Amino acid sequence: MSLRATARIAAAADGSLPVLESDGPLAPRRTRAAAPGWTRVTVVGAMSAPLGGDRLAIETEVRDGARLRVDSAAATLALPGRVPHPAAYELRLRVGAYAALHWLPEQLVSAHGSDLRVRTDVDLDATARLVLREEQVLGRHGEPPGTLFSRLTVRRAGRPLLDQELAYGPGAPGGWDGGAVLAGHRATGQLLVVDPAFEEEPVAARPLGEHGALTPLAGPAALVTAVAPDALALSRILDAALTELADV
Amino acid sequence: MTRSALLVLADGRFPAGGHAHSGGAEAAVKAGRIRDAAGLEAFCLGRLHTTGLTAAGLAAAAALGHDPYELDAAADARTPSPALRAASRRLGRQLMRAARATWPGPGLDALAAAFPRGAHQPVVLGATARAAGRGPEDAAHCAAYETAGGPATATVRLLGLDPYQATAVLARLAPVMDEVAARATAAAREGVDALPAASAPLLDITAEQHAAWPVRLFAS
Repeated sequence: MSLRATARIAAAADGSLPVLESDGPLAPRRTRAAAPGWTRVTVVGAMSAPLGGDRLAIETEVRDGARLRVDSAAATLALPGRVPHPAAYELRLRVGAYAALHWLPEQLVSAHGSDLRVRTDVDLDATARLVLREEQVLGRHGEPPGTLFSRLTVRRAGRPLLDQELAYGPGAPGGWDGGAVLAGHRATGQLLVVDPAFEEEPVAARPLGEHGALTPLAGPAALVTAVAPDALALSRILDAALTELADV
Repeated sequence: MTRSALLVLADGRFPAGGHAHSGGAEAAVKAGRIRDAAGLEAFCLGRLHTTGLTAAGLAAAAALGHDPYELDAAADARTPSPALRAASRRLGRQLMRAARATWPGPGLDALAAAFPRGAHQPVVLGATARAAGRGPEDAAHCAAYETAGGPATATVRLLGLDPYQATAVLARLAPVMDEVAARATAAAREGVDALPAASAPLLDITAEQHAAWPVRLFAS
């Protein structure tokens, strides 16, 4: 049985959550925010395991002036399903005027035999701030990866700011493990920080270790891109960047 | 218009400055990721399906006459590395100079006026194909061919790779170039929002490292 489920979150400037809807395996819960002035939502355990054929979605609206952190209680594990169809996981994030979203889920693990299409669509007001982390681990320890397509589209004031699609695994077009794309690395991730303050003072591009780079985008944003041999090495790079860039 | 115009545009001797760029091959050779013809083939295959597809889509869209401002913004959003954005605009400027001398016309004049610092290379490539009387498929084929041809030529110089072997790699990848050009053209016909955004993490990461090398053979 494949399932369809859409969870919804809306955060308001007064710290309330006017919308907090679970659906199927997706259960967003209000949790205690570490930072004053922030609202925190944790998508609990059931977030893991989109199976072949499943269509899961999370819609998040950060209303004008609100500050929301969304994280997850566990890694998301893409697994093969009983039906030979890809699973779909859609994230639709909207951040309003003078609002801020920290989207910091745990890692996505693409298990052997799985086939997952992730689509993340972010719409930002020109005054909005965003911290978004994506970590993809190709295969559980020691196993070959599943197939993963992941598209990230970020628009700011209706204009494209970042648009990327990554494709890995046996169902991806050839060359994904060659010298141009992953070259044998089994974990890859990005940290995106969008802040209107970068308009005046953009970050300077610089390498982060051997397999990472911090780059200013064409708009007011900084992107960390990293590849690593494994999940732990990837987390180290992105966690350090998170502390430096966003003080999270 | 004439099919031979496509050969003129795709020729490595077309004076558009591409010979100074390795398409990421110089960094990959230094890191040991390209050591031989097989490594070159895997590199080019990955590049074709990622940034090659993305560039071919932009070129096809420009050849169809889509709004160049929208395409330029789409190219920026698909190029997170500032080193690669700068290289793309520099190559776009150089191609524009050669293209306006070769196929002068109001379309290229308008694009040059709109982007005095240079539009992204695939956008100029598509506009050039249009000025030469060629369609989106040809523009996409040119972009795909450059995607593999640049690293192949560079690897001959960097590694001393046998040029016959390098050319054989390109010939083996020809069906992939066709496939990439066809996908890119189909997407471009749907509109700017449907353009591919396929990306390659290592190309973005190593482009920044390469740009900081004090001595290098290639500009990117």
